[in-house]
Amino acid sequence: MNKERIMIVDDEKIVRESLYHWFLDEGYEVDTAESGEAALKKFDKDKFDLILLDMKMPGMSGLDLLPRLKQIDNDCFVILITAYASVPSAIQALKEGAFDYITKPVDPEELNHIVKNALQQKKLKTENDQLKSKIDELIMPDNLVGESIQMKKIFELINTVAQTDTTVLIRGESGTGKELVAKAIHLNSKRKYFPIVTVNCGAMPDSLLETELFGHEKGAFTGAHYRRKGKFEMADGGTIFLDEVGTITPKMQVDLLRVIETKKFSRIGGNETIESDFRVIAATNEQLENLVKEGKFREDLYYRLNVFTVFVPPLRERKEDIQILANFFRQKYATMMNKNIKSISAEAMNFLMEHEWRGNVRELENAIERAIVVGKKDIITLEDLPFNPSHEDLGSETDKSLGANEKKYIFKILRENSWNISRSADILDIDRVTLYNKINKYGLKKD
Amino acid sequence: MKIYFAPLKFSNKDVTVRLNKELSGIFLVHIEIIHINIDLSESYSSERKQYHSTKIIESALSKTDFADGKVLILTEADLYVPVLTFVFGEAQLGGKLSIVSVCRLHEEFYTGHTNEELFYERTKKEVLHELGHTFGLLHCFDWDCVMHSSNSIEEVDIKGNTYCKHCFDDIKNQIPLHFKE
Ligand SMILES: [Zn+2]
Ligand SMILES: [Zn+2]
Repeated sequence: MNKERIMIVDDEKIVRESLYHWFLDEGYEVDTAESGEAALKKFDKDKFDLILLDMKMPGMSGLDLLPRLKQIDNDCFVILITAYASVPSAIQALKEGAFDYITKPVDPEELNHIVKNALQQKKLKTENDQLKSKIDELIMPDNLVGESIQMKKIFELINTVAQTDTTVLIRGESGTGKELVAKAIHLNSKRKYFPIVTVNCGAMPDSLLETELFGHEKGAFTGAHYRRKGKFEMADGGTIFLDEVGTITPKMQVDLLRVIETKKFSRIGGNETIESDFRVIAATNEQLENLVKEGKFREDLYYRLNVFTVFVPPLRERKEDIQILANFFRQKYATMMNKNIKSISAEAMNFLMEHEWRGNVRELENAIERAIVVGKKDIITLEDLPFNPSHEDLGSETDKSLGANEKKYIFKILRENSWNISRSADILDIDRVTLYNKINKYGLKKD
Repeated sequence: MKIYFAPLKFSNKDVTVRLNKELSGIFLVHIEIIHINIDLSESYSSERKQYHSTKIIESALSKTDFADGKVLILTEADLYVPVLTFVFGEAQLGGKLSIVSVCRLHEEFYTGHTNEELFYERTKKEVLHELGHTFGLLHCFDWDCVMHSSNSIEEVDIKGNTYCKHCFDDIKNQIPLHFKE
């Protein structure tokens, strides 16, 4: 993935080798030299984008080598490797043109950061004019499919808003694929090389959500043995996707508004101000306007989020996509499970087209996945779908209690989803912890 | 071809059983649990109180001649390579052996709270990642792909838990027999 050339100059074989492998995995072209003299020889013949240079070597030291490298190729970036004791001379070397330095042993995240930074700056230096030359084709996540007018409209909106840094609010029923739209916007924006970080605001109590979003310092609470970055910090350069934003408490709404406006925050238990450059995409299936009227959602936050809105329609309003989606999922799960299921029978397809799909695309996906699991032929038939009477054993005559029915329903969903806890919790619209508790409470077991 | 799990100072059976089941579904190969007799003290650094992963892989190499396929060592030992403060794992690129340390995948390590499900999810990601390297895969640009690099626990958590299509196709090309229709 990276074609940049990197040279590691260090007299210790073990250091050369471990760095060599580390960079190789990253996809760089890597070369090594065991002394300043050997490095110069290679440098004369070949071009390198980045040199990692040990300060202390017998013979020509890193500090002696640095000016000579710069003389040959002033565009080359040099990162020095030092021991703690020689940090002052490393700082001296920065004045003489080294890009940065690392102290052994270095935190992998820090090394990654320094290297990426150096290469990015080098790129900017050399390719400044080529930057805006070509318009990339729209990239879509695999499963964001559809040919209906509604979906075409959504693809257009994604294209438009991806070019900007505007906050986006995605609305639609659960299971419509709001997170796919968020991902598509991210993938087509200039932020695509940085992560899109998802926070499911609905799944957590305040205290957890707070540490999740802002991170914590070592010792911030009992058991906080280690500093931990929050999602806003992880989204630096990229996008933060706030799912189910309508469910957060008034207190968290205040915190959220402040971070979105200032892009600054502190980790829990810390004083240091952290800055992060993120784009906000939020999603909700609630009527935020009603929540604002009822005083449950802050009006200022509502306006902050509601800058550019994308409505994702429920599946029943774009029936022409059902066939495409069903076949897309058939192919996906058939390949995944190595089954030779090539089509869906007309009868089964009719049924799919007429079904109401309260759970939208996600429900359709689950139905097809299940059909592939149970399917014995090379075609999906009506019997393979999870809706025929033998599967609908809910609410029998004898059991009218809520608990008994909840138990049955949870069991049914778990079974339909091969006991995939995250997915089942999603469909049941509860968080994973609650689902685990219910599994324990009712003593449910895999059959 | 087979995939071998070699627990080394690792006794969480639930995790090996779940991994075994999930991975055989992904790679469509048989997975065997083996025991390799390695003296961990040879790779221990008393100064750093960690184990040098490259050395463990080297000593495992001479003891796995019988294995035709990929050998993955799972361990609770905290691993390092000399320039870095720690590593989650190491693999021979396009080779036979890889190792994953679960030491820093425990949620307790960071917050003091146990979270078994999260722990399993992280372990699975790192196991798939290191195995991916033994199939010759380099780091992937796609954050949804398990082959994205992860230099911190936060990055382990935000990256995806499956191979992207591109990376998985590369793997399938290497074990084609098992993926034939
Ligand atoms: Zn890797
Ligand atoms: Zn990939």
